[in-house]
Amino acid sequence: MRCNRSWCWALACLPALLCLLPGLALAQAPAPTPTPQRQQQLLRMLQQDCGSCHGMRLTGGLGPPIHAQAMRELPRDSIAAVIYHGRPGTPMPPWKSMLSAAEAEWLAGVLRGEEVKP
Amino acid sequence: MINTPKLWAGLATLLLAACAQTPIQGTGDLGLVVERASGSLQLLNTSTRSALGRVQGLGDLSHASLVYSRDGAYAYVFGRDGALSKLHLPSQRVVARVQQSGNSIGGAISQDGRWVVAQNYQPGGIKVFDAQDLSLVADIPAEYAPGKLSRVVGLADLPGQRFIFSLFDADEIWLADLSQPRAPRISKFSHVGHQPYDALVTPDGRHYIAGLFGEDGLAMIDLWAAEPKVQRILPGYGRGQQPLPVFKMPHLRGWAVAGRLAYLPAIGRHEVLVVDTQSWAEVARIPVAGQPVFVMAQPDGRQVWVNFAVPDYDQVQVIDTQSQRVVHAFKPGKAVLHMEFTPRGEAVWISARDSDQISVIDTRSFATLATLPAQAPSGIFFTSRAQRIGL
Repeated sequence: MRCNRSWCWALACLPALLCLLPGLALAQAPAPTPTPQRQQQLLRMLQQDCGSCHGMRLTGGLGPPIHAQAMRELPRDSIAAVIYHGRPGTPMPPWKSMLSAAEAEWLAGVLRGEEVKP
Repeated sequence: MINTPKLWAGLATLLLAACAQTPIQGTGDLGLVVERASGSLQLLNTSTRSALGRVQGLGDLSHASLVYSRDGAYAYVFGRDGALSKLHLPSQRVVARVQQSGNSIGGAISQDGRWVVAQNYQPGGIKVFDAQDLSLVADIPAEYAPGKLSRVVGLADLPGQRFIFSLFDADEIWLADLSQPRAPRISKFSHVGHQPYDALVTPDGRHYIAGLFGEDGLAMIDLWAAEPKVQRILPGYGRGQQPLPVFKMPHLRGWAVAGRLAYLPAIGRHEVLVVDTQSWAEVARIPVAGQPVFVMAQPDGRQVWVNFAVPDYDQVQVIDTQSQRVVHAFKPGKAVLHMEFTPRGEAVWISARDSDQISVIDTRSFATLATLPAQAPSGIFFTSRAQRIGL
């Protein structure tokens, strides 16, 4: 099969392009796990900074409850996307200036109780 | 001749009586700091700049706040988990405690000190308690549509046994007259603006100002007007610019009024907005280091102190109210959450959550006068709040 040169290029580069788009990258294969030190930082952020709206025990406040029981109702990718991109029209901000897409995904796993906390 | 044994017995009785009688202890220079992660409070003394002790077992104190009885001897602590505790400062003991809701973020006390009111997220509404024993007096659900309860924010006390609060989910402000607390009378203001997130009442109890999350501007009510109504102030302060992400809601409750000017945090912008409280026109906007969370005027109104949301929350900036410029900036620790002035403002106490410490700063020289250890400290509350409207 012959293909147009530019199309071939695009197909070959597609995986790399997808990885550049964080929202799509979240749907990709498992992301690298953050280092133990970074995990500690992320957990502290979850408790303290997310906690300012969702409560330190994640039982909710101005933001909804985000404890494991509530989070297991949602797919991990959706949770990671909300952490990374925020929810327009609500006070939930995008956290992408402070964490990577992989870290957002790791946090989503923690929220769903899938990740073993260090 | 003197009967020696009888004399000794008499003296001993006198001594015992003296010991049994607790000396009267003033509370005007005391305060409490919330240790949010450990569910505890530390009792502070602002004269000796020291901690006097710790009270534990208060539940989830993330975002906890408190108000004081008018004698400054009791604190009413509103926990995130919906618990309301009454704490006796001199003895450092919890004397009453009720589980009053599922999720609360604060409360207020009536002008005469008889009623304590909690503002709740879950179930949305306010509840009125007897300040003596915390028995429930009235339950006012924030039902804005059949079966729909709004989260309540920005509760403040007003003269005349009244309370005012905002409904985040309903774009409304409600005024509750509790002069007959078992039969509250509610007046409602609707379409106040989108998503009121917090509010303040000016020190004279005249103006109620609610910040809006969902639009640029603030909602203001002149409560002295013959027919109070909502007026929009600083409308469109963003001038069409894309707002920045808001990593923490600003807190309006506090001392943001200096002289005739009010200093207010712009939401989604690195600015403090200055408005004239006579004309309600914008006077200035002051660029600051990050997104303001607390914008607090010193008791004398000479300077305004600002702290910020993550990631700029290691900094504090000080605005001179004469030049409307930032005249000092410093880093009193990691994750600065709150600032509280001593009653006459010679010092400000600043909590740094991630440094596990409180710093006491001289408001004239900016020198650090003391640092005190505290476990993940957040709100600092001095008893001088007991004598102020809206705190």
